[in-house]
Amino acid sequence: MRRIVVPSLFFMALLGIWGIAAGSGRWSPVLFPSPWSVAEYLWGALLDGTLVEAIFVTMKRLLAGYAIGLLIGLPLGLLTSSSQMLEDTIGALALGLQTLPSVCWVPLALLWFGQTEGAMLFVVVMGTVWSVIIATDHGARTIPPIYARAARTMGSQGLHLWTRVMLPASLPFLVSGMKQGWAFAWRSLMAAEIYVTILTGFGLGQLLHYGRELQAMDQVIGAMAMIVIIGSLADRILFSPWERFLHRRWGTNVE
Amino acid sequence: MNMAEAQWQGVMPEHASGASSKLIVESVSKWFRTPRATVHALDSISMQVAAGEVVCLVGPSGCGKSTLLDIIAGLTKPDSGHVLADGHLVTGPGRQRLVVFQEPSLFPWLDVFGNVMFGLKLCPELTNDGRREIAHRFLGLVGLEKFERVHVHELSGGMKQRVALARALAADPQVLLMDEPFGALDAMTREHLYDDVQRIWRDAGKTIVFVTHNMREAVCLGDRVLLMSQAPGKIIQAFDIPLPRPRSIYDVELVGYAARIADALRGTVGGGVPE
Ligand SMILES: Nc1ncnc2c1ncn2[C@@H]1O[C@H](COP(=O)(O)OP(=O)(O)O)[C@@H](O)[C@H]1O
Ligand SMILES: [Mg+2]
Repeated sequence: MRRIVVPSLFFMALLGIWGIAAGSGRWSPVLFPSPWSVAEYLWGALLDGTLVEAIFVTMKRLLAGYAIGLLIGLPLGLLTSSSQMLEDTIGALALGLQTLPSVCWVPLALLWFGQTEGAMLFVVVMGTVWSVIIATDHGARTIPPIYARAARTMGSQGLHLWTRVMLPASLPFLVSGMKQGWAFAWRSLMAAEIYVTILTGFGLGQLLHYGRELQAMDQVIGAMAMIVIIGSLADRILFSPWERFLHRRWGTNVE
Repeated sequence: MNMAEAQWQGVMPEHASGASSKLIVESVSKWFRTPRATVHALDSISMQVAAGEVVCLVGPSGCGKSTLLDIIAGLTKPDSGHVLADGHLVTGPGRQRLVVFQEPSLFPWLDVFGNVMFGLKLCPELTNDGRREIAHRFLGLVGLEKFERVHVHELSGGMKQRVALARALAADPQVLLMDEPFGALDAMTREHLYDDVQRIWRDAGKTIVFVTHNMREAVCLGDRVLLMSQAPGKIIQAFDIPLPRPRSIYDVELVGYAARIADALRGTVGGGVPE
C-alpha cells in the first residue's frame, strides 16, 4: 500500500509544481506549456489517430531492429565467450563500438542509405548488437562450469549438451542481455527517428522532431512523455515475467 | 564408444594383473601450468579397484584428490599415464562412470524430479514410464519422495546431496566417483547419510571411489583406504578395512583404524614435506 501511495503523491506533487510554475506567468506558455495543455494535446492526438499511428510505426521499427540485433548479437556473444581468438577480435570490436552513442551512427546511415527505413534499421541494429554481444559474452562466462561437467559425466554431449544444459543455464544472462539490448534499441530508434525524417511512416521520434519545427512545445513534451511511458511499460511487460520466473527457479534476484 | 577407445581395445593385450579390476590407474601424472607457476598435482599414481569394491582416497586438501577423480571420470586428461575402465582406455567422460561432485551440481532450471530424470533420459534402453518409475524409486530411497516438485534452491545442503546421490544412482552407472560429497554437511546429517549410503551400496553393488579428507568417514565407508601425500599427490600407503558392515562411525575399532591412518599422514607431513 505504501509502495503505491508514496510514489503517487510524489508524481502528483511534481505535476503540481509544474502546473504552478507554468501558471505563474514568468515564462512564455509557448516555451513552457502547462501540464493541462500537454494533456490536451495528447488527448487530441489520441482522438485523431496520430498518436496511435506513431506508436504503431515506432514499434514496428523497434521490433524489426531489435530482432535483427538479437539474432546477430546472441550467437556472436556465445562465440566470443567460447573462443579466446574471437574474444580478442570480435569481442574487442564490440567493446569499442559499444562506447559509440547510437546517434553517432546517423550521419553514416544517412550517407549510405539516404532518408529511408533502411537507414533507421541500420542505426537501431548498430545501437543494439554490440551491447547484446557484450552482455551475452559476460553472462556465458559466468555459467558455473560444474553444470557442463556434471552433464558430461551423465553422457550428455554435442547438441544435447547445448540445448539441455548450456541454453537453460544461460537463461539468466540471456534475459539480461535481451533487456540490455531492448534499452539500447529503444534509445537508438529515437535518435534515428529524430534525424531520419521520411514519409514512409511517422513515429514518435518524428512527432518530437516536427514538434520542434512547428514550435509546438506541447507536442514536444507530449511526445517525450509517451516515449517514457512506452519505454517503461515495455520493460515491465516484456521482461518482468521472465525475471519473476528466473527468481522462482534460481532463487536469486537476477539483474 | 569412440574410435580411440575401440582401437585400444583391440591393441591392448588383456591386462595381466588387472583382469578382474574394474578400474586401473597406471602411473598417472598431472601438472597444471598457470601464468605464475607450474603446479605438480599428481606424481605417478597407480591404483586398481576391483568390481564391487569401495575404495576411499584420503589426503590433505590440495593433494590432488579431485584432480585424480576428474582424470578417472575422463573430464581431465593426464599428462602421462592412463586410466583403464573394464580394460578400455578412458578418453572422455561416459555414463558408466558418474561423478557426485563436492560443490552443488544440480541444475537450477529443473525441479528435483527433473534433475533425477536428466541422467535417466540419457539412457536410451529405458522407456519413459520406466524412467519415471526409477526416478520415483530412487528419490524414495534417499527419503525425498515428498520433494519431487520442489525447486533446487529450496532444498537444504543435505537434501541437495541426497538428490545428487539419487541422480547418480538412478542412472545405474557401474562406477560411482564421489568427491567429498558430504564435506559441506553438518555432522548430524552426515552420520545419517553414512547409514543410508551403506545400505544403498550393499543393495546396488557398485564399484566406488570415494574421496574425503575425513579419516573416520573413509574407514566407515571403504573396503580399502588409500592415503595420499601432500602435493605432488602420491599414494603413500594402503589400508585394508576388514570391519563388518554396516559400520557405525562411533565404533571403537573403526576409530582405531582412523587414528592409525591419521598417524601415518602426520608422519609424512611432519617428516619430509615442509608446509
Ligand atoms: N584447473 C587448475 N588450474 C591450476 N591448478 C589447479 C587446477 N586444479 C587443481 N589445481 C591445483 O592442483 C592441486 C590439487 O588440487 P585438487 O585436485 O583440487 O586437490 P584436492 O581435491 O585434494 O583438495 C592444487 O594445488 C590445486 O591448486
Ligand atoms: Mg577437492
